Amino acid sequence: MKSEKITKYVLFAVSLIILLIFAGMVFSLAGGAMPVFKEYGLKFIISADWNPTTGRESYGALPFIIGTLITSLLALLICFPLSFSTSLFIAEFYHKTRVASVLGTIVDLLAGIPSIVYGLWGFYTLRPVIIALGLSDQGFGIFTSSIILAIMIIPYATSLSNEIITMVPTELKEAAYSLGATRFEVIFNVIIPNARSGIVASYILALGRALGETMAVTMLIGNANIIPDGLFSTGNTMASLIANQFGEADGLKLSALIAIGLLLFLITAIVNALGKYIIRKFS
Amino acid sequence: MKKIIILLISVAVFASCGQQKSESSGDDSKKVTLTAAGATFPMPFYNLAFKKYTEESGLLLTYGGIGSGGGIRSLKDKVVDFGATDAYLSDAELAEIPLKVVHIPTCIGAVVIAYNLPGVAELKLSDKLLEGIFMGEITKWNDEKITKENPTVKLPDINITVVYRSDGSGTTHIFSDYMTKISKIWAEKVGIGKSLNWPVGIGAKGNPGVAGTISQSVGSIGYIGSEYAFAQNISYALVQNMSGNYVKPTNESISASAKGEIPSDTRVMITNSSEPDAYPISGFTWIIFYREQAYDGRTMAQATETIKFLEWLIGPDAQAIAESVHYAPLPAKAVELSKETLKSITFEGKPVLK
Repeated sequence: MKSEKITKYVLFAVSLIILLIFAGMVFSLAGGAMPVFKEYGLKFIISADWNPTTGRESYGALPFIIGTLITSLLALLICFPLSFSTSLFIAEFYHKTRVASVLGTIVDLLAGIPSIVYGLWGFYTLRPVIIALGLSDQGFGIFTSSIILAIMIIPYATSLSNEIITMVPTELKEAAYSLGATRFEVIFNVIIPNARSGIVASYILALGRALGETMAVTMLIGNANIIPDGLFSTGNTMASLIANQFGEADGLKLSALIAIGLLLFLITAIVNALGKYIIRKFS
Repeated sequence: MKKIIILLISVAVFASCGQQKSESSGDDSKKVTLTAAGATFPMPFYNLAFKKYTEESGLLLTYGGIGSGGGIRSLKDKVVDFGATDAYLSDAELAEIPLKVVHIPTCIGAVVIAYNLPGVAELKLSDKLLEGIFMGEITKWNDEKITKENPTVKLPDINITVVYRSDGSGTTHIFSDYMTKISKIWAEKVGIGKSLNWPVGIGAKGNPGVAGTISQSVGSIGYIGSEYAFAQNISYALVQNMSGNYVKPTNESISASAKGEIPSDTRVMITNSSEPDAYPISGFTWIIFYREQAYDGRTMAQATETIKFLEWLIGPDAQAIAESVHYAPLPAKAVELSKETLKSITFEGKPVLK
């Protein structure tokens, strides 16, 4: 009885700590972002002018918000056909075969590669390909970053989708087969409707990962503080900007960077909330 | 319950151990460690010099390359014994800090204009060309304006890609200070700063990042701390100085840029020197610290060791190390002024150096 009580209190205390950490983060981010919102108000979010030069300072987060959203959504778009087919392959068509387990392991391994390594690969291998295809002069930009991001988030989307697809009750599938359904019909009429919310959740998780990715993007996006005017244009993302500029920042610039951190926090929260909403709606 | 008591006892024992340790190190003045942080531009020099000093004196020194801005912030927050910066503190910045901060320069570094054009061994760049390229007005390597200055070189018909620092940087500060002096358009549209609103180009992180991007991208041009270009064998341009001569960055030409007037607090930019042999894009890099060393519970031993080290750093042994990694040593005048500064340092009002 006693040990049960202790466990209960310890668990409560630990979860309280996490809540406190979360609240502390929001509090300190909001506090640090205050000066810039006082100076520019909501114009900070819609202004495209980022000039950190002393004496002509002006801060606007729009280029980075757009850069972050475009690269992440494009990555999700590129990632979806690849990872969805892979999940179906592993979890349904070749379920419990050796080839599926090898493939599954390799996909999981992708998740373990540090992002700097993805960046290096993109810099030395992918970039020359983009240049050779004549898509852009130096191969830096939104498109290159999105491809790297897509590869980085494939394992997150795939692994979770795999689990969800394997969890679809066998009875349902067998029932469909016994009614004369083809494999194709089973996938689209039984598996996908059943696993839908879980699959959506796995892509939300992947998107969250893409939104916050820093190092690989910094190495490939070109770090130009402008609103990208095309797929092959250079740009910058929120996370990449913070990582780049934090070291030398003080005063209003530091506040602007913290404000961008707060906005990134909010965007991620909104994406997660949206995901939860979608899951609830479809299940 | 028993377990909790044992836990509490062991925590108490640990805590008392820690206390004893810190007391004993307070008594023993030999166990002083110094912490510094700041600029990355002089880091190849500082890494070697700090290591050498530790070997010779046994004093433990740590240096964090966190950028000039970080160095200034760390000194402001009093978490370091001294900071390092490539951009001296402005009068406004000095006024913001309640205690008096002093500067001493430690070496002179050059910023080179590195480029990647296979087969082009020599490239001459005048004021007008630098302005045109970095403002994005000249976009092709075989532009008439460039070929006119470089008649002997065959320049390819490819686009120019400007590469700049995406992070805040003292290197950018020196480069933009020079550009502001030579170009009215630059002064008006871009200005001086550790990070800028660039008209064209792509950003890469840190000196190594810019160096890597240039060496991997045909047709690119950018500015980097000289040591990074020398170490990686990247081609760099001859830059036209104020006297009209095209100058290569060498120890001599970098030293020559510091021949002009140096104010007593050594806060001076030496870009665009009027000396005929001077390489025009060079700059001092500074150590910054407090004139009154008794702050935040620092001990007399800490103050003495700090000043002794700084005296060594501007002395001949350390300056020879600077030269070995392609920084120009300080001119005699700057050393003299720095020694004066070191003599003026006090601990509780009394001079630290006797």
